[in-house]
Amino acid sequence: MAKVVLSGSLKSAAGGRQDIEIEAKTIRQLLAALEVECPSLADHLEQGVAVSIDGQIFRDDWSREIPPDAEVFVLPRLAAG
Amino acid sequence: MVRDTCAQLCGLDVSRLRVTASEIGGGFGGKTTVFIEPVALMLSKKSGRPVKIVMDRTEVFKATGPTSSTAMKVRIGATKDGRITAGAAELCYQGGAFPGSPVEFGAMSAFACYDLENLHVSGYDVIVNRPKQAAYRAPGAPMSTFAVESVIDEIADKLGLDRIDFRLKNAAKSGGRSAYGPTFGTIGLAETLQAAKAHPHYTAPLKPGQGRGVACGFWFNFGGQTSVSLNVQMDGTIGLSLGTPDIGGSRASMCLMAAEELGIPYDRVRAIVTDTASLGFNDTSEGSRVTFSAGMATIAASRDTVAKLCERAAKMWGIPADAVIWENGEAKPSGSNAGDFEPLSLAAIAAKAGNTGGPIAGHSEITADGAGVSFATHLVDSEVDPETGQVKILRYTVVQDAGKAIHPSYVEGQFQGGAAQGIGWALNEEYVYGEDGRLQNAGFLDYRLPVASDLPMIDTVIVEVANPGHPYGVRGVGETSIVPPLAAVANSVSAAAGVRLTHLPMSPPRVRAAIDAAREAGKQAAE
Repeated sequence: MAKVVLSGSLKSAAGGRQDIEIEAKTIRQLLAALEVECPSLADHLEQGVAVSIDGQIFRDDWSREIPPDAEVFVLPRLAAG
Repeated sequence: MVRDTCAQLCGLDVSRLRVTASEIGGGFGGKTTVFIEPVALMLSKKSGRPVKIVMDRTEVFKATGPTSSTAMKVRIGATKDGRITAGAAELCYQGGAFPGSPVEFGAMSAFACYDLENLHVSGYDVIVNRPKQAAYRAPGAPMSTFAVESVIDEIADKLGLDRIDFRLKNAAKSGGRSAYGPTFGTIGLAETLQAAKAHPHYTAPLKPGQGRGVACGFWFNFGGQTSVSLNVQMDGTIGLSLGTPDIGGSRASMCLMAAEELGIPYDRVRAIVTDTASLGFNDTSEGSRVTFSAGMATIAASRDTVAKLCERAAKMWGIPADAVIWENGEAKPSGSNAGDFEPLSLAAIAAKAGNTGGPIAGHSEITADGAGVSFATHLVDSEVDPETGQVKILRYTVVQDAGKAIHPSYVEGQFQGGAAQGIGWALNEEYVYGEDGRLQNAGFLDYRLPVASDLPMIDTVIVEVANPGHPYGVRGVGETSIVPPLAAVANSVSAAAGVRLTHLPMSPPRVRAAIDAAREAGKQAAE
């Protein structure tokens, strides 16, 4: 069971929920479970988010494994100039 | 991005469009959207003729979007011995007539340089009747950093602490919790501060009317989808095909990495930027990702090529492929049991490619995750003319963590370019709107960019704290260098003028007005 922390606008979109316990072994499972847990995040998830696993930020890799007891943050999808 | 966005807007199959990137020095955010491309495309489609559309300078100013204008409040608490106890910020970013200002990245990066236990940042995406803002190098970060680093300087002065020592005492560290949430991996902020303090610039004497500023900055960086192809030519030279436009000389960096992997001289590798039909998908060249992600793909493509070269050498010798190793640009038997053969050069293997299986090429298609964040510390000296408010930049030093500088000269170029761009933002650049809401200075005659005569030689120090997420330790360097200058210049000008400047740009009328106001306040206090 991973403890997932929602950051920034995602926390607001989830109605103020910040910490969510989710059973997921990969980023894909995490995002799917997150949408079930917080349907209000659907648009954000569709547009794309970034996932930080133990400090390493991933934007795209669904297959990335989430180790047990990992620190997981869901962040706004990084964009830049 | 140009191809895919145009295809979506015009209802075309992506495969029917082919985009060829032009030579550019950098992107600075301008590559992240389309403006006239789909218009030209539709006109061409309807007319059946080639169509060229050019935006003149005035149209570019009016219609391609500036970055956000901002108003910010920052509060920072600290103990008398210089330990920051809490930070708070309220950030208002004006994003034009539609939502989407970079306030979230401003909020995430505002305090990223500091190790804070207590932090609260509120961000507001403010919508007004102005052109939509657009991405600009490290979107959102320079502004919030300007506010935070100005307050950091004020606290250091009030506590009587050295400005770098105060920052070092509170600096974000490897393994510490970042201000935006996740734990930092290996980072090099402290190393940039230590290098700045050790630099002769920091202790050089100043004359009356001159001031020195320090500021730190942070940017995230990312990787993204990337494709690279590497072709072994019949003479053993290498053709490297990249899908990321050359940013500040990045082709040379790719050639260096390919040469390193293949064990051949740099001048045996030539890189080209292909059109969009010639390679797999490549994400937009943004996020300081090119040398990181295309470099990672280049290394992977090179290693793929080396494996194939070993297979071909094995065929030429009639031994198993796993009995061949690659060393210093040559195939060699892995040991005496593999047989007694003279090493085969890349050219020798390439010359027989037709006999051993056909053309030899390596490739890589990856999602390049693992980008490392980057920090910088900038030093700047300035002189203020109290009569006119004119600011002259006297000396500027950029100290930044590059992870690993593949091509140091081009890394320095990124550092210097960020500083120059930031000096312009700090001192002169602004969109001026009239009472009627129209842009009044849509041209370089009235929109003052820094020119060579405005700038000193910008000194650089490359710090290398390797990013574990890249085979060579590379971190993106393109955007971090634009983050500290607004604050560094403001801290310098404030020290030189004897009054805190809180409004950018610090144009001569604004500086003069601040000096006059401070004098008047001083007189009133004396009375």
